Amino acid sequence: MIRKVVANADLALDGLADGMTLMVGGFGLCGIPENLIAALRLRGSRNLTCIANNAGVDGFGLGLLLESRQIRKMISSYVGENDEFERQMLSGELEVELIPQGTLAERCRAAGAGIPAFFTPAGVGTEVAEGKEVRLFHGKPYLMELAFDADFALVKAWKGDEAGNLIFKGTARNFNPMMAMAGRITVAEVEELVPAGMLDPNAIHVPGIFVHRIFQGAHYQKRIEQRTVRPKNTPL
Amino acid sequence: MALDKNGIARRIAQELREGWYVNLGIGIPTLVANFVPEGFALEFQSENGILGMGPFPFEGEEDADLINAGKQTITSLPGASFFDSATSFGMIRARKVQLTVLGAMEVSDRGDIANWKIPGRMVKGMGGAMDLVASADNIIVAMQHSNREGESKLLSACTLPLTGVGCVKKVVTDLAVLEIDPQRGFILLERAPGVSIDEIIAKTGGRLIVEGDVPEMVL
Repeated sequence: MIRKVVANADLALDGLADGMTLMVGGFGLCGIPENLIAALRLRGSRNLTCIANNAGVDGFGLGLLLESRQIRKMISSYVGENDEFERQMLSGELEVELIPQGTLAERCRAAGAGIPAFFTPAGVGTEVAEGKEVRLFHGKPYLMELAFDADFALVKAWKGDEAGNLIFKGTARNFNPMMAMAGRITVAEVEELVPAGMLDPNAIHVPGIFVHRIFQGAHYQKRIEQRTVRPKNTPL
Repeated sequence: MALDKNGIARRIAQELREGWYVNLGIGIPTLVANFVPEGFALEFQSENGILGMGPFPFEGEEDADLINAGKQTITSLPGASFFDSATSFGMIRARKVQLTVLGAMEVSDRGDIANWKIPGRMVKGMGGAMDLVASADNIIVAMQHSNREGESKLLSACTLPLTGVGCVKKVVTDLAVLEIDPQRGFILLERAPGVSIDEIIAKTGGRLIVEGDVPEMVL
């Protein structure tokens, strides 16, 4: 077994330098690598390009790295929940590339699958199509989109083992598996790290080959953005 | 009288068919789930990675790892499954999802839709909307007939940056149900209870086809 375990988030980011491109897993605040984001803030790396579906909220998630001005560019699909983000974008301090969510996911997947480019119908006829090759298949137009190239992928899983195998929970899976596959160096933080042999090989979502470093995270806040409930004893 | 948001959702729920997988967007579309008849065999897909989405959890049972695309806490129903974002948009692009309901800022009489950006004022991003509208066979837009300034949101051409071209099939507003025929324009199918054809004509910017007696919605 090839051991992937590192002691903590700080060591897991070894080699991460200014100006690098990072993928950061999560959808909203669901399934984000909380420990790695906190460690990255302490590390102080700057001029980062972040590929992440969203930009966190003020004071949490990637919002922490926006606050400390460590991010130069965001590549995201939806960024609506963050005042500091909006301020930096409108003032031109932050470069923002908005792309369709399925295209974002597939550009990660392609990178992790050794596919340099693919064609998708998303964005045909919109400003997303500007400057991109359009090709007809079966009479319908598609845009050519390129695989991402990320120096680091920072992902979060529910369980992982010493061999780097990952299992996710609920909708916290989202972008994490494809980003794990895509990073030149993939770092996974998990809520529960177990010895090899403790996870059922049938249940693995991301095989350890894609994960270079793994550690058990601590102090998970797992904040909820929109707490929606129904009172007990009400019918559906 | 014009419909409220729940009225719009209630009318759209009548478009649902058993056996369908359905994706509901943020806002009014989310409310459609509240009007599904009991025992109706369909499943809701949320593009952040769940099929078989259930209602909001009971107080105290929220799970931070179980949300919908609007980041609201949800539950899963028996038979549900979770998957990653690439798989999610795979099923969307491959047309496994039979109906998409989403909101819009503008819709054109050729079926174009704009709902992700107001240049210089609001840039939130398209999320999954561009993928959904580019691939779905059946797209229903749920929105108010007019914007806050009282201007029609049903236009001959969208003025805002587009989300998709020639893709919307039907629009349900607080005033009317309209089908889109790209050649002819908005075809008025139904009126909200008590809303006159004249009012709909006055408040519709694009080409509007009114044929024969236009019935009132039955809600």
